[in-house]
Amino acid sequence: MSNLIVGTTIVDDEWTLVKLPILGEETVRKQAGKVVLFKLTGEKSYTEEQIAATTIPARGKILVPLSVWIARRSELQARLAAGDLAIWLDTHEVLADLISAVDDINQLPLIGVHVERFADGRIFSIGNLLRTRYGYKNTLRAFGDVLRDQLFFLKRCGFDSYLIRADRSAEDALASLKDFSQPYQGAVDDKQPVWRRVNRQPASQP
Amino acid sequence: MYKYDEIDQAIVDERVAQYRDQTRRYLAGELTDEEFRPLRLQNGLYIQRHAPMLRIAVPYGMLSSRQLHKLGDIAARYDRGYGHFTTRQNLQFNWVKLADTPKILEELAEVEMHALQTSGNCIRNITTDQFAGIAPDEIIDPRAVAEIMRQWSTFHPEFALLPRKFKIAVSGTKQDRAIVQAHDIGLEFYRDSENKMAIKVWVGGGLGRTPILGSVIREHLEWQHVLTYCEAIIRVYNLHGRRDNAYKARIKILVKALGIDEFRKQVEAEWAYLKDSPNTITEAELQRVGQYFTKMPYDTLPAHDASFDSAIASNPAFAAWVKRSVHPHQQAGYRAVTLSLKPHGHAPGDATSEQMHVVADLAEKYSFGELRVSHEQNLILADVKLSDLFSVWEQARAAGLATPNIGLLTDIICCPGGDFCSLANAKSIPIAEAIQQQFDNLDYLHDIGDIELNISGCMNACGHHHIGHIGILGVDKDGSEWYQVTIGGKQGNDASIGTVIGPSFAAEEMPGVVQRLIDVYLQERTDEERFIDTVRRIGVAPFKAHVYAKKEAAHV
Repeated sequence: MSNLIVGTTIVDDEWTLVKLPILGEETVRKQAGKVVLFKLTGEKSYTEEQIAATTIPARGKILVPLSVWIARRSELQARLAAGDLAIWLDTHEVLADLISAVDDINQLPLIGVHVERFADGRIFSIGNLLRTRYGYKNTLRAFGDVLRDQLFFLKRCGFDSYLIRADRSAEDALASLKDFSQPYQGAVDDKQPVWRRVNRQPASQP
Repeated sequence: MYKYDEIDQAIVDERVAQYRDQTRRYLAGELTDEEFRPLRLQNGLYIQRHAPMLRIAVPYGMLSSRQLHKLGDIAARYDRGYGHFTTRQNLQFNWVKLADTPKILEELAEVEMHALQTSGNCIRNITTDQFAGIAPDEIIDPRAVAEIMRQWSTFHPEFALLPRKFKIAVSGTKQDRAIVQAHDIGLEFYRDSENKMAIKVWVGGGLGRTPILGSVIREHLEWQHVLTYCEAIIRVYNLHGRRDNAYKARIKILVKALGIDEFRKQVEAEWAYLKDSPNTITEAELQRVGQYFTKMPYDTLPAHDASFDSAIASNPAFAAWVKRSVHPHQQAGYRAVTLSLKPHGHAPGDATSEQMHVVADLAEKYSFGELRVSHEQNLILADVKLSDLFSVWEQARAAGLATPNIGLLTDIICCPGGDFCSLANAKSIPIAEAIQQQFDNLDYLHDIGDIELNISGCMNACGHHHIGHIGILGVDKDGSEWYQVTIGGKQGNDASIGTVIGPSFAAEEMPGVVQRLIDVYLQERTDEERFIDTVRRIGVAPFKAHVYAKKEAAHV
């Protein structure tokens, strides 16, 4: 059974996830967390060899890594035009690289954000920026270490698709999308904070 | 103080339901320890040496009598009859059972309380001056904005899993009492040249392993933009703060790595997009929340009270208590009272269930049913009539709450330390108790005068040792407990980080070390000079020389 939630229903996944192959020993540096280092040094978390060695299925809808798209754009351009190509990035990758690598972000029917560890809250800011700063309107999917206790936050940050980690129930996870009925602050899903949403009167005896 | 409407109530109720299910899944083995950890932490639950520790939020230190009665009940029924007030103005229970925590949270929700975000890598309880709203040197009462920020930060979806904990303090007085410079964000409220409420924003301060005082990121921020500006700061931090090393994950490390100018540039660039977005606070919302923080319905009273004056004249014990524990007030005929949770020989900041009920009753009877927790770990009755002070003193004294040591050497700020906390390197409470015994002479304490002594059991600095005039830090050396001493730290507008005086000491040496520091002060001080002033004037060297000279001599 599928573990993919889109909106509030469980659906089959029509996208094939394309991953960078692991060549030799995986370096520790690839683990989440060193954006400062990347920014200061320009160091990448993947190699040219990995990008070149990435196998891309010849047919069907493919969800490819940002780095592969950037390096092999000419080869993949037609798939994008046909609506069969989506891009994913890791939470430690730089969002601006995605923005500058496509003519129009809304050409992408799907953007995936991969979260390696559920406690990595960068995914929330990335979702927020995609929706509010860059005006992305199509499907925004979280995948990786995606667990039900983070779903409500993901939803509020603009995600509408969640691939729940394989060993957990997507069915159970659906309930968490409704954890809170009236959150305080404005966010992506409802931009109005509660004081603009409803007329809050002071309680009778201050 | 603020009262919940149905929206606030729904949020804490829904959180209890959510947490109950999370705890059920954990106990059923459906959540791993690692997965449950951030969930329980953001509900204030630590797993400690003896039992889980539950930290309950006291937003900006405000409590009602009803709430304190409830805390007293919980202490009696779910804990061992006491609780510990913390330097973040919260309350901790050290002996609760994990399986009881959903029930405790449900009971707290009944009195508009919760344990939300009192721990974990999220925005923590916002702290402020314990005299907010009544301090004579107050320019702006920051509590309405603090409440608006409490709501905004509660389950803020973008900042639910930050690189590390995030602490905000607000202050609106001439003399800072909220340590704004030692916070991830410090908000200093003032009136600008147009007499409008404005904020000076500090960022990147913090104690812990790498103590750093904050830098000013913005001199002038109009109040309505405080949420969006904080969002800009925290977004830059969320995206770029280090997540590979917990010791380098606080915002202060990022600010230091980038430099305040580059950090400011990134924040301002982010804010350009966020400014004027819907989270901008409206006049109407400030007014709505502000109605809960208006002045109390005071009686019109003369500045003096004859019965009070005669009690002072005839009762030296009362006079000594008034001198230390009673504070000036904006309103004629009223005073604020600090009830000491620092009786000599007891764990600083602890209150028994019975004491909580006594204080709640005192607040009900003499102070409009409200009280505050100070970051110095005492309890405050903010609005007491001069004519009631003697009665308050008698009742507080009977309950062991009137030690006249507020602001003196034995008013020690102290974390729970190695007796309770699984993070600690060393015990802190026995050190505090030993020092209190060493200086168990009130006349002598009064002669030493104003001084702050802070003890932390580890680098995490919950006891704020870096900003103690004397700071004591528990360290681990080859598996045994040692204590490093700093002097010259200070909170306030002229905050400073203390200087380590030299190699650390064994526990039994500590009362003697403090004694020798005091000896140097008493010998060197000029009239009217406090301990901290003397340290700043003559430097660390004379103190160091005396402490270690004695130490070496003793070893010969």
